[in-house]
Amino acid sequence: MAIRRRVPLPGNPQSPREIAEAISWSRRDFLSLATGASVGSALLSFAPLKALALPRSRKVVVVTFGGGARDEETFMPDGQENIPHLLTELIPQSTFFTQVVNHGILGHYVATASLATGVYETFNNFAEVPPDHPTVFEYFRKDLNRPATDAWVVAPSNGFNRIGESGARSYGRGLGAGVILPKRLLSAALSSGGRVQYAHLLRDNYETPLYTPQVKGSEVDLRQLSEILKVSVDDFTAHARTLSSPDELSVYVARQLMRQLAPSLLWITLHDMDVAHAGAYSLYIEAIQRTDRLCAEIWKGIQSEPEYAGKTTMFILPDFGRDSDSDSGGNGFQHHRTGDPLSRTTWMMVMGPGIRENAVVGRRVQSLDLVPTLGSLLGFSPQQAQGKPLPEVL
Amino acid sequence: MLPSQLKARQFKKYPAEARQLAIRHLDLLRELPASFVPLLLRELIEYDWKFPAERKQMDGQLAYLQSRSADQRQQVMAGFAQLRLTSELERLDWVNAPSLYSEKLAAYFWASHQIDAFRNAAESYIRTVNAATPKEPLPIPRLGIVVVGQGVPETRYPLFRKLRPHGVFFSQVKPANGVKTLLAAVSRRAGAHPIPYSHWYIDGGTGEAISGAGITTVSYNALAPARVALLNRMEESIQSGIGGPEALRTMLHQMRPEEIGLSGAADQAVLNRFQTTLLTEGSGTQIFSTTFVQWAAREAWARAQPLTLLARFAQRQRQRPMNELIASPQEKPALDPQGSLIDADMGAFYTWLNQQRLPGAEQSCFLAWFEDHNQALAISPTLPRHTESSSPVDLEWLLNQLNPS
Repeated sequence: MAIRRRVPLPGNPQSPREIAEAISWSRRDFLSLATGASVGSALLSFAPLKALALPRSRKVVVVTFGGGARDEETFMPDGQENIPHLLTELIPQSTFFTQVVNHGILGHYVATASLATGVYETFNNFAEVPPDHPTVFEYFRKDLNRPATDAWVVAPSNGFNRIGESGARSYGRGLGAGVILPKRLLSAALSSGGRVQYAHLLRDNYETPLYTPQVKGSEVDLRQLSEILKVSVDDFTAHARTLSSPDELSVYVARQLMRQLAPSLLWITLHDMDVAHAGAYSLYIEAIQRTDRLCAEIWKGIQSEPEYAGKTTMFILPDFGRDSDSDSGGNGFQHHRTGDPLSRTTWMMVMGPGIRENAVVGRRVQSLDLVPTLGSLLGFSPQQAQGKPLPEVL
Repeated sequence: MLPSQLKARQFKKYPAEARQLAIRHLDLLRELPASFVPLLLRELIEYDWKFPAERKQMDGQLAYLQSRSADQRQQVMAGFAQLRLTSELERLDWVNAPSLYSEKLAAYFWASHQIDAFRNAAESYIRTVNAATPKEPLPIPRLGIVVVGQGVPETRYPLFRKLRPHGVFFSQVKPANGVKTLLAAVSRRAGAHPIPYSHWYIDGGTGEAISGAGITTVSYNALAPARVALLNRMEESIQSGIGGPEALRTMLHQMRPEEIGLSGAADQAVLNRFQTTLLTEGSGTQIFSTTFVQWAAREAWARAQPLTLLARFAQRQRQRPMNELIASPQEKPALDPQGSLIDADMGAFYTWLNQQRLPGAEQSCFLAWFEDHNQALAISPTLPRHTESSSPVDLEWLLNQLNPS
């Protein structure tokens, strides 16, 4: 085993766990000062009354960052300039959880699958396999007898194409969400002209920056364009030519889905910021800034769609963080390989009708709590999920 | 196979010095836990190509373990011994392919929720061995120098923001002959303390000529043929459709300098092996020169533990937005001066952090400079922290203030 001597860094006398706690407290203190936010634990007694006012046709949009964002570049003082929309537009409307811990595997597909099942999945992050446990989409559709058009996932890469439904017995095939992979769709649309190869557009596995996933099934992709999104190949490619990143394309696709099918459960995974794996700090920062803007655009889009306005709850959460600067085993922002407390600890914001605005919850919760919370919110029973519903938003 | 079943003949494929070392410590290896030995062998198998500082660490680690009684060793290894392994892992050839094994082991620890326990065991072990290892005084304090912003005419980016709390920010530095002055300082130190691999110059571009012997130089442009060869190999592997990112990583891990056009001859073997790993193990080092310099500086500090390191960032290629990629997929990317400056600014911070992780950190000195401009940041035990100075100074004066001799 290689030994790398480590000398305590100046001004860094605490243990990693204490650092994680301190940062969470700092987020909470900052938010309380900046927005006059109230403390969440005082809200619990309001829940039963609030339920009376819930709209009957509630919808949920979940936005995850499939490329972790660190506190240093977001909620810490130097990072706040990167998230103006989250800070000034969304947080004042939301209940904010300052300490969301992920105890699972810190790989994007397996971690996002864990968020969607409420169980720490343990499959190979790079394998094209379905989650082992039922997904939130399956619980939702089976328990509430919802049609296939009512649950959709918009995800960044080929690796995510099995996330819509699990391999679990009595769930699985035919009961899950439709999955749209916008970059794959774009590649299929561009290649349909038979001109140039656009494989480079599909480079999205930033863990290995030059790896290009295989493209299969373009017929299915193009049918998604015309039959589901109601967009012609020409219109789709023309619009893509105006967009600067795959996440912008994902948001465009999500907006089309909202207009055409108005799914009650829509899950969008943004991935641009995972460019951090290439080690270029400026690109990582740009991606955070873009993600911040896109989150605000999604929320504005929700408010502008009659099917969604006033009856949609939106959850925003990174799947996990990234390695801290102080861990000599990592290389700071570039990766999420050490499993240190900062790479496991992140945040979540929830907004929508019936959700207390400008509220901060400082207690530790788990990323697995998302699915049980969605179950309580929408009225289904995620029997195999291991988290607990979050009463602060119910 | 378990460590207790190890036999000398199983090391016959090891390079000469590594084989001797393993066989000399065979009894010790047989007594160590199965979750630990393959990780030790992963380092030991590379012994012939390790820097002197790394060899010293490996020797010291083995000597420490050898010097403990069986009970003491058991205590030191308790964290590793508690980790559960599978019979499938035990069946792998972890003697001859310890890197491949360690990748599978890491995946298993994550999947079985043992990664935190492994992390705790490793940290505790490293602390124990470090505490027991005698500290040798350095002949001179370490000096780290980082040059950022080559070719950037101006910027509004607040440079050295993360470094400022630790030293003095100078806003009126005279830039004339700046690079030459810094290179001369490296040459002087190398001349005065001619210790192999103790003085480094890493450049994100072509690199300047540097006088004197005993300076290890690495440059991004000098490795261009190796990078092209490597990218071609990666492309072939991807196009073959065999395996995904993991297979690609394994292929990169096993790559030898000769396979990407670097010499494996004895006098260059150590450095070329190091340069190969920069490209095969560093993520993004093949495509972004800023990433390359940051990673090379990190690895040089950690592995060679030099007395002097000068890292000069250059401009990296621009990451083209999606709409441009659609419009003109084959066009060669231009450079990104402002983005490169921001990358380098963070790279300077990380270079200082990694320097601070080495022995003698409390005496070490550091200088970061915005090339051809008047902003610099100096850190040393003799300078105040979190201070600004608008006095007109030049880099020679700054180096003297650091006074690392």
